[in-house]
Amino acid sequence: MSKDNSILEELTSKEYEHGWSVNFEADEAPIGLNEDIIRWISTKKEEPQWLLEWRLKAFRTWLTMTEPEWANVTYPKIDLQALRYYSAPKQVKKAKNLDEVDPELIAIYERLGISLNEQKRLQGIAVDAVLDSVSVATTFRGTLSKLGIIFCSFSEAVKEHPELVKKYLGSVVPMTDNYYAALNSAVFSDGSFCYIPKGVRCPMELSTYFRINAANTGQFERTLIVADEESYVSYLEGCTAPSRDENQLHAAVVEIHAASHAEVKYSTVQNWFPGDKDGKGGIYNFVTKRGICAGDYSKISWTQVETGSAVTWKYPSCILKGDHSIGEFYSVAVTNNYQQADTGTKMIHIGKNTKSRIVSKGISAGKSQNSYRGQVQVMKRADNARNFSQCDSLLMGDRCGAHTFPYIDINNSSAKVEHEATTSKIGEDQIFYCNQRGIATEDAVALIVNGYAKEVLNQLPMEFAVEAQKLLALTLEGSVG
Amino acid sequence: MLSIKNLHASIEGNEILRGINLEVKAGEVHAIMGPNGSGKSTLASVLAGREEYEVTEGEVTFKGKDLLDLAPEDRAREGVFLAFQYPVEIPGVSSTNFLRTAVNQVREYRGLESLDAVKFLTLMKEKMKLVEIDQKLLSRSLNEGFSGGEKKRNEIFQMAMLEPTLSILDETDSGLDIDALRIVSNGVNQLKSGKNATIVVTHYQRLLDYIVPDFVHVLYKGRIVKSGTKELALELEEKGYDWIKDEIDSAATV
Repeated sequence: MSKDNSILEELTSKEYEHGWSVNFEADEAPIGLNEDIIRWISTKKEEPQWLLEWRLKAFRTWLTMTEPEWANVTYPKIDLQALRYYSAPKQVKKAKNLDEVDPELIAIYERLGISLNEQKRLQGIAVDAVLDSVSVATTFRGTLSKLGIIFCSFSEAVKEHPELVKKYLGSVVPMTDNYYAALNSAVFSDGSFCYIPKGVRCPMELSTYFRINAANTGQFERTLIVADEESYVSYLEGCTAPSRDENQLHAAVVEIHAASHAEVKYSTVQNWFPGDKDGKGGIYNFVTKRGICAGDYSKISWTQVETGSAVTWKYPSCILKGDHSIGEFYSVAVTNNYQQADTGTKMIHIGKNTKSRIVSKGISAGKSQNSYRGQVQVMKRADNARNFSQCDSLLMGDRCGAHTFPYIDINNSSAKVEHEATTSKIGEDQIFYCNQRGIATEDAVALIVNGYAKEVLNQLPMEFAVEAQKLLALTLEGSVG
Repeated sequence: MLSIKNLHASIEGNEILRGINLEVKAGEVHAIMGPNGSGKSTLASVLAGREEYEVTEGEVTFKGKDLLDLAPEDRAREGVFLAFQYPVEIPGVSSTNFLRTAVNQVREYRGLESLDAVKFLTLMKEKMKLVEIDQKLLSRSLNEGFSGGEKKRNEIFQMAMLEPTLSILDETDSGLDIDALRIVSNGVNQLKSGKNATIVVTHYQRLLDYIVPDFVHVLYKGRIVKSGTKELALELEEKGYDWIKDEIDSAATV
């Protein structure tokens, strides 16, 4: 009605807060993608032969694959030969501990509100800071290593814990899993590695903060989390990138392995540059995230707050192999202006008495398109599998779209699968009610949206939840009149 | 305090208000009565700034300011409060959280410092007594699953928290049983002072037994066709609206 129209007409976008970039001397691979580039990366990272071969195998498979086109997103074809596959700040090379990390790099993270200084940091969160293609610093390693917890960059893990990497790399997301996972397997540069030994409850949140700085560079990181029997870890991931006119590609792979009675909680607040209000620029976020509940009574919980990226293609999934294992997926995906998101999850029930829960809250504003795509699969021997899915969509204005694509595939008659879905529009009545109590429209929207997304936000660790709430408000700022 | 002159308003091209004139002074209680469809709720909505209604003519000044020129939130901050006939539900937002946002935005506008959690809760506890509202209700999502009576009580509770100078109660009595009516009216009466004014919009005289008006106005076809004291309300109760309708309609045809 009239209010909604005026809401839309005044659609302007708040400038992206993390849109700045820094000039530093970079160690870069030549532009383009071929076997030589892969060898170049592998040599640069002083990798063992087996890993180079693994990469090359992935690359050769990738050459035979085609880009997936089933997602409900449209974008011009990406010229993968025009990208650079490795870019690292020169200073980063030999820093073995925090004191040696270039202050200039530390400053980049300070500016993003991520302090790498352990004394200054709030107790309770260890950070691995990944800038473009490399990890620049990892905090609290000493504290963690006393418990036998390994938390380091992927590159270091390859050197220092090759047996673990070799065992688990590609074990959840095979190198040939899909087009982008194969590409990542061929050219991945860095990321985080985390191992929680048997019986250890990780005393602090582990986090990786990804930052893209360089132009025309793809970021292909890999995260591998292994939780041994009866262990627990909560892992956070944050991402930002400069505002650039060109689109940039981010194609990550995250693998989680949970042994019996282990629990892994993985939270993401994704705030890649979404493009400007006319849809120019922004990150293409094509990510494969999957966890396997390998042991009995294990649990993997994904929580994601997706506010950034021009195009998002992402389905954090759980393979519930162990009996009595539990998979959870909590998601808030917000799209504004010309953003497109196709996100959801897959819950694959293999073990007996496995349970999964999906709560997806989509929020679309502007001219954006927001799709939920989820699959619940119950295999033959998965007796008494349970799934509950709730997919809600909130629309702001009448020029955006919300879509739901639920797939259910049941091969065991004892399965119980529930699916609930709602679509609502942010009501002018609600906004007027808030206005009448003295609340400005922007704040009213933030209030209503945060209320709508509360069930998911509640899953986030406290400090992150507050950030996420602010981010939701910021993303939607200017989306109403 | 409030001065309405020749107010005309329409929605989707239909004129609902056709020249309202009304003066409300501090300390007064005015009742607006009238048959269904006479424009009572429209008047309340227009004063609060609902955007679907287009003001086509006339002026409204509130405490010397052009009310029609202010955004709805600024009207609220200036001291206009509307107790809704149908309060909306906001899932996931607790009444407490909602009110804290509201109170602090209003305070900021009025140049007062915002209340921290402790001060806010103290104020809340004090005001809760007025309408006998349960704290449990306030920690639930705003109006979600509230009974009719709880919603209305919550409206008056919000009114108490926001300390308005002009309160407009839109059919606050509708859907209330006699006990709830007493509690709600009690709250309203306790909030009355020489500095604020109340406009009670109602279809029935019943509410006016509890909230006693200084003036009663009868709205019909978008105009105030009769004004009087509380005795007028009693007369309406006895005779219904037809005699007024006949009076006006026959005068119009002559």
